[in-house]
Amino acid sequence: MIDWLLALSQAMLFALLAPLFTAWVRRIKCWLQNRRSPALLQPYRDLRRLFSKHVVMAHNASIIFRLTPYIIAAATLLAAVAVPLIAVNLPTAAIADVIVMAGFFALARFFLALAGMDIGTAFGGMGSSREMTIAALAEPAMLMAIFTLAMVASSTNLSTVISHVLADGLVLRPSLLFAFLSLVLVGIAETGRIPVDNPATHLELTMIHEAMILEYSGRHLALIEWASQIKLMLYGVLIANIFFPWGIAETADALSLAIAFIAIVFKLMLLGIFLALGETVLAKMRLFRVPAFLVLALTLSVIGLLSHIILEIN
Amino acid sequence: MEISNSVLLTMLLLPVASALLALAADTKPAIMRWLVFPLLGVGGIMGVLQGAHILLQGGSQSFLFSPGLPWLHWHLRLDPLAGFFLLLIGIVVFAVSLFAPGYAREFEHSKQPLSVLGLFTGLFVTGMYLVILADDAFAFMVAWEVMSLSSYFLVAYQHQNAANRRAALLYLLMAHIGALAILLGFGVLAGFGGGFTFDLMRAAPLNLTWASIAFGLGLLGFGMKAGLVPVHVWLPEAHPVAPSHISALMSAVMLKVAVYGFIRLTFDLIGNVHWSWGVAVLVIGSITALYGVLYAMLQTDMKRLLAYSSVENIGIIFIGLGLSLTFFGTGNHLLGVLGLVAALYHSLNHAMFKSLLFLGAGTVIQRSHERDLERMGGLLSRMPWTGAFFLIGCISISALPPFNGFVSEWLIFQTALQVGSIHSGVLRAVIPIAAIVLALTSALAAACFVRLFGIAFLGQPRTRHVRRVREAGRGMVWSQGFLALLCLLLGVLPTLTVEAINHISFSLTGYKLQAATAHGWLWLTPMSADIASYSAPLVMLAILLAFAAWALMYFVMRPTGKANTVHTDAWDCGFGPLTPRMQYTATAFSMPVQRIFGSVCRLQEDIERLPRPHLQTEAESIRYQLQVEDSMWRWFYLPVVKLLHAAARRAGRIQSGHLRHYLLYSFITLILLLWLVT
Repeated sequence: MIDWLLALSQAMLFALLAPLFTAWVRRIKCWLQNRRSPALLQPYRDLRRLFSKHVVMAHNASIIFRLTPYIIAAATLLAAVAVPLIAVNLPTAAIADVIVMAGFFALARFFLALAGMDIGTAFGGMGSSREMTIAALAEPAMLMAIFTLAMVASSTNLSTVISHVLADGLVLRPSLLFAFLSLVLVGIAETGRIPVDNPATHLELTMIHEAMILEYSGRHLALIEWASQIKLMLYGVLIANIFFPWGIAETADALSLAIAFIAIVFKLMLLGIFLALGETVLAKMRLFRVPAFLVLALTLSVIGLLSHIILEIN
Repeated sequence: MEISNSVLLTMLLLPVASALLALAADTKPAIMRWLVFPLLGVGGIMGVLQGAHILLQGGSQSFLFSPGLPWLHWHLRLDPLAGFFLLLIGIVVFAVSLFAPGYAREFEHSKQPLSVLGLFTGLFVTGMYLVILADDAFAFMVAWEVMSLSSYFLVAYQHQNAANRRAALLYLLMAHIGALAILLGFGVLAGFGGGFTFDLMRAAPLNLTWASIAFGLGLLGFGMKAGLVPVHVWLPEAHPVAPSHISALMSAVMLKVAVYGFIRLTFDLIGNVHWSWGVAVLVIGSITALYGVLYAMLQTDMKRLLAYSSVENIGIIFIGLGLSLTFFGTGNHLLGVLGLVAALYHSLNHAMFKSLLFLGAGTVIQRSHERDLERMGGLLSRMPWTGAFFLIGCISISALPPFNGFVSEWLIFQTALQVGSIHSGVLRAVIPIAAIVLALTSALAAACFVRLFGIAFLGQPRTRHVRRVREAGRGMVWSQGFLALLCLLLGVLPTLTVEAINHISFSLTGYKLQAATAHGWLWLTPMSADIASYSAPLVMLAILLAFAAWALMYFVMRPTGKANTVHTDAWDCGFGPLTPRMQYTATAFSMPVQRIFGSVCRLQEDIERLPRPHLQTEAESIRYQLQVEDSMWRWFYLPVVKLLHAAARRAGRIQSGHLRHYLLYSFITLILLLWLVT
């Protein structure tokens, strides 16, 4: 029972901390670019403001348009349930393994792309088309990186994978290194960060994610924004906890949970700094350069898998 | 409990009776609605009941019929594998018989006789039932031909159109080349086994070479029917031109009959599989899956798109079968069973969602008289039920949780991930690559079906017909609802399904997955709970809970006036109002994919620019046309045709026209024959 409560509170923690992580990345970016940063609580204020506003909807919006924000939020939260944030061996980890988690992201993306096409504006269709194309290339790369992990730990259960890496101690496995690099590239593409997409722009012909949600407002927009913040943090936690799992709680006592919390906050802060640094140094790519970027991710993950097969299985 | 001879015979005769009754339908069209299709539906229900009975009970039962010559009996046998496919056919036949009365009204006032439609539909269903039940090569081939020929007439049903006739001829030709290969494959087994019943064939002592030859012939023959690349070309031609409920039957069921034949031949009759066959099937399956989905992505004809997507799904099924064969061949029996279960599960799933999608497409085409995606739009608000069920079909086929397509693909991924237990280094590298292809395929399929649903059902209607479309009749909607419900159930209750499929693998191979269902109906754990687990019911529950929470929040906030919604025009950048022509088109949607993968496909792009009268550099209007031609025509068929032509020219040289030469030929033939005989 306590395990289930812990799992539930872990998911809540995901939902609550996600805006803070976004704020952190923004703050570092502002510092790096010599701008004054908004307060760390600004994303929460934005969400509150959006939740209290009217929804403005086009006349021909269908039920898909109304349902999509809820489906996206539900699917992203479900994915968050499957990812260990501060503790492994929780019962919820068995509900969905890492392939199911990718499935939840795909479900959210499917509906987001449909909602983009619902009103019948050119921007929406453009965003949907691009999002689905990029996802079509990013998903195999992501699954391949995951498969490498799964074969190393001989399990697709995230909790088991993390326990395995922990038990393995500090060894440098070439397969995990390549999988890590690949997963970073995929994470950047999937969460719509520079150099694949720019989360800070509206109304450019280059936008992808923002083009799909252009027609959204009020609580619908709030839910979508919140979901994409959770998704960003999810990828961060995924990378941090799989490849650098040290600190995560293996037992459910208060001390190790506290240590785990501090550890994950520290790891995320560090990851946020690297993300902001990357976004400051790099420029956004042309759309048709993105496939090359994702093929690089795919190649890295294939190399990781092959190096596992050739070098590590005895 | 045994199934009696008469019950089985009733199941087979009901579709025949419906076929014969249909002959009277030209003078009284009401017969179709009240007798022909209901009889077919009862036949479907009987198929479901008997299939489910034998599938859940296990064991097998043989029957003997002598319909023709007294000394030539037909051996029929019902075992769990046959029961599974009987169930699959029965479900789709039932749904189709619910759908068809409303759909066939369209033909009541057309030039085509209704009787032909009813007659061949009945025979087609009988043929498929018989193929599944046949326990000797003779009955199998006769039933196979009944199935192929009757479906030829159904493809050619609207024969006024020259393209339809061409498609039907192509189908007939390829069906017969395939049948020939199957016959030869059976011939090898019968030759060594000393008889054409499946029992004797099973016992045939084959060495590896002959077994491989039989396997290769079977792969070619059944692959031709199933639509494996490169022998798939008849499929995207023939499926779109048949009436839609027939397309559903062909795509969802007939292809599965071919899969059944392949499984029967390889796992049951040949039995002792070699791992290299698995690799061959795996490679062909991967190519088929990727090729199918790429072409599906580029189609603008709704039914053609679905036909190419069938090619893709057959590829996925064969990836599962290839994995299974590879694992069986290398002695990993449990993993082999897992692959087989995954392939069978996907066969069932594909039957459900593909028939659902074809029935939905049929409804759309019947109501709007449009089949081109570029002319549709906004159908969801005009036909809400069809739209909702079509969406469920799209979600299922895109392999998204918690629907059924996801479970079977998940199982295939789990099978592929166990590659570590194989010792050969080459296999270890090949299998993960097949898994990448599967991942790419399923991601592209999601893109393809977002495009299909988004362009056809969302946005604004692009033509006048489509703007005035109304929802279809009750039977047509209910049949889709029935299939959509099954898609959800198969997705949410995977443990029960896997348990049922386990009987098949046990009866075929003697192995079953003990661990998969060991943790109760909530948890699906293919190998063990440590390796992977998925709880579809809990996922469904969580989604429902989330929605309940949102609904609660909505109703709590509503009285305070905070949840108000304002309706207004869509944002138009401050210019004039949006017109339907400003929407993204289907071609535009797939343009990035076309750019990335364009080199694989044979595309013909025509850009026509009409310059402005005063300013030549500016275009007044631009016309873009894209033609997609199956590259296999150029890569595979044209070389074959050229080769045949060259061979024919060579052979033609002996036709000198002189009598003495012909006498010489006869003489040489005679001597050769005498030499052979002695």
